[in-house]
Amino acid sequence: MTSIESPEAFDGHASVFAPSANERKALSVQQLLKLGFLAVTLLLLIPAAAILGVLVWEGAPGLTWEFLTTKPTDNGAAGGISTALVGTVWMTGVALACSLPLGVAAAIYLSEYARDNWLTRTINIAIVNLAGVPSIVHALFGIGAFVYFLQFGKSVLAAGCTLAVMTLPVVIVSTRESLQAVPQAFRDACWNMGATRWQTIWKIVLPNSGSGILTGLILVVCRAVGETAPIMFTGAVFFRQFYPSGLFDKSMALSYHLFSVSTHVKGVPAHIPFTVALTLILVVLSMNAVAIYFRMKLRGSKKW
Amino acid sequence: MKNKSTVTPAPRPELATSGRDAWADALDRRDRAWCLDLAARLLVLIGGVSAILFIGAIFLFITTEGLDFMLNRMEFGSLLFGSRWEPTVEPPEYGAFPLIMGTLWITAVAMIIGVPLAFAAAVYVGEFARGRQREWLKIGIEVLAAIPSVVWGVIGLYVMAPLIKSTFNVQIGLNVLNAGVILGLMAAPIIATIAEDALKAVPESYREAAESLGATRWQVIWKVVLPHARPGLSAAVLLGVGRAFGETIAVLMASGHRLMAPEGVFDSAATLTATIAAELGEAAVGSDHYQVLFVLGLLLFLITFSVNLIADRIVRGRKAAK
Repeated sequence: MTSIESPEAFDGHASVFAPSANERKALSVQQLLKLGFLAVTLLLLIPAAAILGVLVWEGAPGLTWEFLTTKPTDNGAAGGISTALVGTVWMTGVALACSLPLGVAAAIYLSEYARDNWLTRTINIAIVNLAGVPSIVHALFGIGAFVYFLQFGKSVLAAGCTLAVMTLPVVIVSTRESLQAVPQAFRDACWNMGATRWQTIWKIVLPNSGSGILTGLILVVCRAVGETAPIMFTGAVFFRQFYPSGLFDKSMALSYHLFSVSTHVKGVPAHIPFTVALTLILVVLSMNAVAIYFRMKLRGSKKW
Repeated sequence: MKNKSTVTPAPRPELATSGRDAWADALDRRDRAWCLDLAARLLVLIGGVSAILFIGAIFLFITTEGLDFMLNRMEFGSLLFGSRWEPTVEPPEYGAFPLIMGTLWITAVAMIIGVPLAFAAAVYVGEFARGRQREWLKIGIEVLAAIPSVVWGVIGLYVMAPLIKSTFNVQIGLNVLNAGVILGLMAAPIIATIAEDALKAVPESYREAAESLGATRWQVIWKVVLPHARPGLSAAVLLGVGRAFGETIAVLMASGHRLMAPEGVFDSAATLTATIAAELGEAAVGSDHYQVLFVLGLLLFLITFSVNLIADRIVRGRKAAK
């Protein structure tokens, strides 16, 4: 393949390694393909940038402190979004309170206790499936289980629980990953000191994977804030001028509010849906940014 | 609590009178730490099993809500193949064929758009990109994945619809194409992430072996990495299909929600998920209409369940073979 017979080969050794015509062709094909793949990847990212651009362009003028803190009037066609914001905070809070302890417990079990047996395999399949269940099916489950069977009624609690079931796999997967990233040697050392499994987990494993759990928490918030279908029949209402008075009260929610002002409500000023969408996406993206920051910091600081 | 389990007190003979030997007491570690350990083990087991319980409960609750209708008044054939979905007309017709066709059309368009984009992104991010560029691309893909579905719906309504109307000179902008493009872009980051994992799972030594034979990076990817990662890639497509199939709000807003089987990409359509979301609020609790929506939900659940199970099988089968 290489051109040893060529005359240059004898004056300098560089030419011994010079690419043949064949290799040059392969290399240029590779350069071409690399650029092509980059172009297609950017094609995927351009919509993301375009969406953010459109939302900012159309929605930012309306996004004032007043818009966030005043109550909506006229079915949402006028006024602000304060009741929707507060409702979303309530539902997300309930979802977090339910799914975080359960999810972290599940992750600890899977990472620290589970052996490779049928139970573990079944749990893993269940997690994959729970993550794949369509959001509207979660809504149906929420109606059947929380609204009627447990008699929470259409309430913040029922909506939060529905969101919790939906976000459970997110917590489990991200926490399990961070637990498994703790080196086995740490555990071995702890066991050799005579500590029980739980002491090892509580004193060694969990403190060393704290930011992983935090990432899970943030991802739950992102999911819970953005989802519409699971809450629209379990606790979110179309229009309400009151803040929820307790767990068993209904409430507006940001995502459902965005859905209704862009589809059902008549006479909405053109910028309102964009402003609400911008608010929603700013909440989600800022949470994501925090998660990404933690991940990078973690990668930078850990030395094992 | 401190160190109780680590320091075992020396056995004292006078304590070992209750029929137990001294050495048995000495080895007996059932102190507070041991009890705590047991309690913790049981608690985390409950957490671990909860995922199974929830999957079971979802199946159970959805089935029971629609059970009466399913057993007594439903014909399975006419639900699946009946061509008219007219739940509010007297007598009501529950033929879900238009909805199934709508779902299939939109999912197909979404996959045609989403899969090539996602695979290209996975190959570039996983095999070509290095360092900072790679990190930024990954963050971009994460941002795309983080956009909530209702925001996609708003984009479909106010940005895509006018765009489609003017570009293709058609009457209605809310149609299969609109919903398909939106769903494709929503599913792409998920497919890309799973596909990249599949590429990453190909052992580095394979790449090194191919490179030492003089192969360029592209030749390595095309001849070694992609063939080896094929099961993982097909699992990624399957999970993307599952995602597109189950998406609700964005599709409801972008598809035009017309309850007839679409005949082309410029027809409006309705999907199974969107129909449930649109009609559940209006159906009286316990009525036939209400129950049939739960039956559709059960259908959706079973389909996504099997898709996920197959995807899991493919990945697992591969791991076992290794």
